[in-house]
Amino acid sequence: MAYDKFDILTSTAVPLPIENVDTDQIIPARFLKATERVGFGDNLFRDWRYNQDNTLKEDFVLNQDKFSGKILVGGKNFGSGSSREHAAWAVYDYGFRCVVSSFFADIFRGNCLNIGVLPVQVSAEFLQKIFDATEADPTTELEVNLKEQKITLLSTGESESFDINGYKKNNMLNGFDDIDYLLNIKKDIETFAESTPL
Amino acid sequence: MSATKTLFDKVWDSHVVHKIQDGPDVLFIDRHMVHEVTSPVAFLGIKNRNIPVMHPEKTFATADHNTPTINQHLPVADPLSANQLRMLEENANEYGISYWGLGHAKNGIVHVVGPEYGITQPGATIVCGDSHTSTHGAFGAIAFGIGTSEVEMVLATQCIMQPKPKRMRININGKMSKGVTPKDVALFIISQLTTSGATGYFVEYAGEIFRDMSMEGRMTVCNLSIEMGARGGMIAPDEKTFEYVKDREFTPKGADWDKAMAYWETLYTDEDAIFDKELTFDGSLIEPMITYGTNPGMGMGISNDIPMANDVQGGATTYQKSLKYMDFNEGDSMMGKPIDFVFLGSCTNGRIEDFRAFASIVKGRKKADNVTAWLVPGSHKVEAAIKDEGILDILTESGFELREPGCSACLAMNDDKVPAGKLAVSTSNRNFEGRQGPGSRTLLASPLVAAAAAVTGKVTDPRELMVELV
Ligand code: SF4
Repeated sequence: MAYDKFDILTSTAVPLPIENVDTDQIIPARFLKATERVGFGDNLFRDWRYNQDNTLKEDFVLNQDKFSGKILVGGKNFGSGSSREHAAWAVYDYGFRCVVSSFFADIFRGNCLNIGVLPVQVSAEFLQKIFDATEADPTTELEVNLKEQKITLLSTGESESFDINGYKKNNMLNGFDDIDYLLNIKKDIETFAESTPL
Repeated sequence: MSATKTLFDKVWDSHVVHKIQDGPDVLFIDRHMVHEVTSPVAFLGIKNRNIPVMHPEKTFATADHNTPTINQHLPVADPLSANQLRMLEENANEYGISYWGLGHAKNGIVHVVGPEYGITQPGATIVCGDSHTSTHGAFGAIAFGIGTSEVEMVLATQCIMQPKPKRMRININGKMSKGVTPKDVALFIISQLTTSGATGYFVEYAGEIFRDMSMEGRMTVCNLSIEMGARGGMIAPDEKTFEYVKDREFTPKGADWDKAMAYWETLYTDEDAIFDKELTFDGSLIEPMITYGTNPGMGMGISNDIPMANDVQGGATTYQKSLKYMDFNEGDSMMGKPIDFVFLGSCTNGRIEDFRAFASIVKGRKKADNVTAWLVPGSHKVEAAIKDEGILDILTESGFELREPGCSACLAMNDDKVPAGKLAVSTSNRNFEGRQGPGSRTLLASPLVAAAAAVTGKVTDPRELMVELV
């Protein structure tokens, strides 16, 4: 489906300095039973966010009033595990538009790009700077500029550039989606299909 | 121009419909499998666009993630699960897709039934909205998990868009020692590479240890490729592969078979082809493995002690958080730890050879009283073989019960949930926090280790229970 355009995002960030955050933490399997793409944000990080009796775990970052914003900052190897796009949906539905980490799992990264959440991979040093800055002062803002492929810590002006391929960048800047592209080359696909051996 | 290619390149390149400059490749998909959990939103997508499924004959639907593993003849009790199952059936019917739902004779876990009926073939591109689609790489296919947006792409256009991954080869020579299974080989590799060590790569497994493995063993290894971050893993097809594939329902017959074989026989890595990364291990050093943490990379030989935080790569804080969740300490020995649950099943270890291995240990012994055991075949076909081969009798005599096929406690979407705080030895593929139920603690291991735990009630080296072959 088509999604919102992504241009420049300026926001405070929510720090989650844990490595290997897997898709079962982002959204546990028992919450994957919907048949429409709505309401997944409520169960984002379900088991870290809520006790078993559904009361809030006060010390989890999403439950601390001082932290908010559209940027989620996670430790290395963020999103490992399953291919469930529900993990990216949950991140989006909660209100995040960008996830920053020093390393992303492949499928999660692709899923984010496909639904309009920008994964921004930074160096381990820069990631640490963001963690330190946001934890010291939760009102610290980050600016993510997709056109320039640059992420800036506004309090200090320090910035780093990030990678994204030209095709996906263009899609995100314009809110285009892959299926439209593929439908445009349907003829080529049909010709190809006739020549496949299997 | 160099004509030498890796197996992966051969299959990938022959499926590229279109190359996008500074963007992904448009890759043609030969086989698409769908299940109830990751497909409804994709079907909704094409419905909203008002477009048909381009190649319904290349998509196959089965229900597995959400299904109960007892009383499958009764209506599904959980209304949400029932709704997803109903949606899958409706969508399959509406779009003319083959559907093996709950109760169907061919029903089972998507990655178990694919190979069983010959949907899985060498040299094919295979995708499914499930990360363990990598299983099918055992046949020399390029197989990987995709997200729901991509499921929609395949339904609409039979293509997906993917940047081409880098190539890695993992070479292991030597023989598997006593008590070592393909699962141990895979857990060993992941423990060496960590859960992100192969991210961005597609892996080819090569060497004696994989050549010697059965097709089912190869499936177990390829299945776990995703747990080291790889997009997928594959093994070059050989006589064993062709033998396995031949005469299955969906494999080519007669002249088509000869044509397919002509293609399949070209599927190997050329001698001087270059990989972006190559790793080599000595297979004879691999022991029966067990995990002690909350990701599949936190594994070790079963007789070792849990490593100290200072000795592991990566963040000590994350490591300690993980051990705290498991309620283990650095330096602990795993052997002798009392366990509560045993799960034999999943697309990793839910095939007939896994049940044979399990039975070989429990035969003549009794299930430990403190253990709840869930033995869940990967499909009806596996279930039938368990009965036909007399394995069910062995299991029953030892105090075990057999459940009905499905994903079950692998991801605990149905009622098969390990309660909070309880310790499970599981033959599945993920030991993430809460994977087998909120608060559950999982030790990943082979069917032999699971069987040894099931009869002793604690973590036990299966080699101690194996009869010496003279
Ligand atoms: S058994 Fe587990 S890993 Fe395999 S398909 Fe089912 S849920 Fe996925």
